[in-house]
Amino acid sequence: MSFFLETLFGGLMSGMLYSLIGLGFVLIFKASGVFNFAQGAMVLVAALSMARFSSWIPHWLGFENLILANVLAFAASAVVMWLMAWAIERLVLRHLVNQEATTLLMATLGIAYFLEGIGQIAFGSSVYSINVGMPKDPAFILDSIFEGGLLINLEDLTAALISALLVAALALFFQVTATGRALRAVADDHQAAQSIGIPLNKIWVIVWTVAGLVALVAGIIWGSKFGVQFTLATATLRALPVVILGGLTSVPGAIIGGLIIGVGEKLSEVYIGPMVGGGIEIWFAYVLALVFLLFRPQGLFGEKIIDRV
Amino acid sequence: MMQNETQALGNGRRIGEVVLDLQNISLAFGGVKALTDISFNVREHEIRAIIGPNGAGKSSMLNVINGVYTPQQGRITFDGNAFAKMSPRRAAEMGVARTFQNLALFKGMSVLENIMTGRNLRMKSGLFAQALRLGSAEREEIAHREYVENIIDFLEIQAYRKTPVGRLSYGLQKRVDLGRALAMEPRLLLLDEPMAGMNIEEKQDMSRFILDVNDEFGTTIVLIEHDMGVVMDISDRVVVLDYGKKIGDGTPDEVRQNEDVIRAYLGVSH
Repeated sequence: MSFFLETLFGGLMSGMLYSLIGLGFVLIFKASGVFNFAQGAMVLVAALSMARFSSWIPHWLGFENLILANVLAFAASAVVMWLMAWAIERLVLRHLVNQEATTLLMATLGIAYFLEGIGQIAFGSSVYSINVGMPKDPAFILDSIFEGGLLINLEDLTAALISALLVAALALFFQVTATGRALRAVADDHQAAQSIGIPLNKIWVIVWTVAGLVALVAGIIWGSKFGVQFTLATATLRALPVVILGGLTSVPGAIIGGLIIGVGEKLSEVYIGPMVGGGIEIWFAYVLALVFLLFRPQGLFGEKIIDRV
Repeated sequence: MMQNETQALGNGRRIGEVVLDLQNISLAFGGVKALTDISFNVREHEIRAIIGPNGAGKSSMLNVINGVYTPQQGRITFDGNAFAKMSPRRAAEMGVARTFQNLALFKGMSVLENIMTGRNLRMKSGLFAQALRLGSAEREEIAHREYVENIIDFLEIQAYRKTPVGRLSYGLQKRVDLGRALAMEPRLLLLDEPMAGMNIEEKQDMSRFILDVNDEFGTTIVLIEHDMGVVMDISDRVVVLDYGKKIGDGTPDEVRQNEDVIRAYLGVSH
């Protein structure tokens, strides 16, 4: 029993990371109707920027304080993400108003490659580490119930808490603020949104910046766990099943989709894996996504697609 | 019946100065001329119709006024300010609202939320105040909500307040579209085929709402239709377009007698 619970917790926590990346997709899709293929590249650039600035800034300013260095690096990276959002709006999106979704998708594919390239030029191509002082030690909990207690990774737990907070804040922002409403309006219909005076350009910069910040948080958590390297950009592909499962238009969907996939991967690997010789973790998410595409293409929480005939 | 209503309104209402003046507007897409040398004006508080057969350039005309298209030639004067170029955003700021021929509602939102978006330009509180629900932002939201509730009452869609717009009938969706435009408190309201695809009952309802908006709020209205019947009943003056050219302009009666107009609509024997 305690082994099952440990596997479950492990799954939930790695699922949280998938959720964060999925969340970036959902934000941009909701607000601009664009399936942003560059989300993984954004995570990479954010993580690279965080890793580099946290070692550059103390060097430039001549101090040695981990917390201050991380705070300043986070601020600098946030500015980098804002600049990126601004440039993407200025150079790409602005010229593609009222275009087909496919056109926009192809544009984000281009952005993805561009970001990977510019990331290497600006920050170098080695493997870096991020140290934000996350607790690395495992902890044992509930040892009164289970013999020996449950082994919990404190780093994962902290990461999960941060993610949960971020998600709650975003959900609130979308649902209750007038700006959130304007974002949703732009997502539904560009032309109508323009006609009531919603400034498309401003909205896009806001939403890409927010998605950039989510990418930054995901990048920091991922980077502090596994180090920052270029395979991070392929995180896009890992997160695809998450949004298919949860629905492209749903913030809670991205979270729950990520958790299901995280848990599913771990549990199937541990319990079914031995029967088929292992390796389930690698393909489990994609098979689950395929099943969903067959029976429930809008995902668990997505808006149902209804067309008038 | 409709005729009597119009008459009554026409008598009680004061038509004012020219508020929108279009001079020699020409618009072409590549080699295709959509509009050729068109001039007409709109007076304050009037209902001005633009009619014409399919492909006559009616929607292009509306999109020029709304700032979606920039004409190659000509001058637009709105409220005393002349300009050659307008953007949808700027038009909205100057008090021009519009509805759409093909429904362009925000499908993911309820009726109430859709109409609330029309208040967007009048929301003053900043992002942080909204997010933290500070007192001032909260009060502002409530004040806007009150205005929107009035519009909902006016359009008789109270029962559908919380319904996602996608579930409403076509006629009701058209009303929500009108409601969103009204929420902007426009000086000039552009209606793009407000009655297209409606049954007779829905058309009568819509005519009544258009007349009431004009009468109660004093809103100047420019509307496009190709159904001549309804337009003649509710408009003060009518512009007739055909193949991107103006072929008639005047009161409904004058236009009805105009030979070019009759020819465009009924054809001519060769």
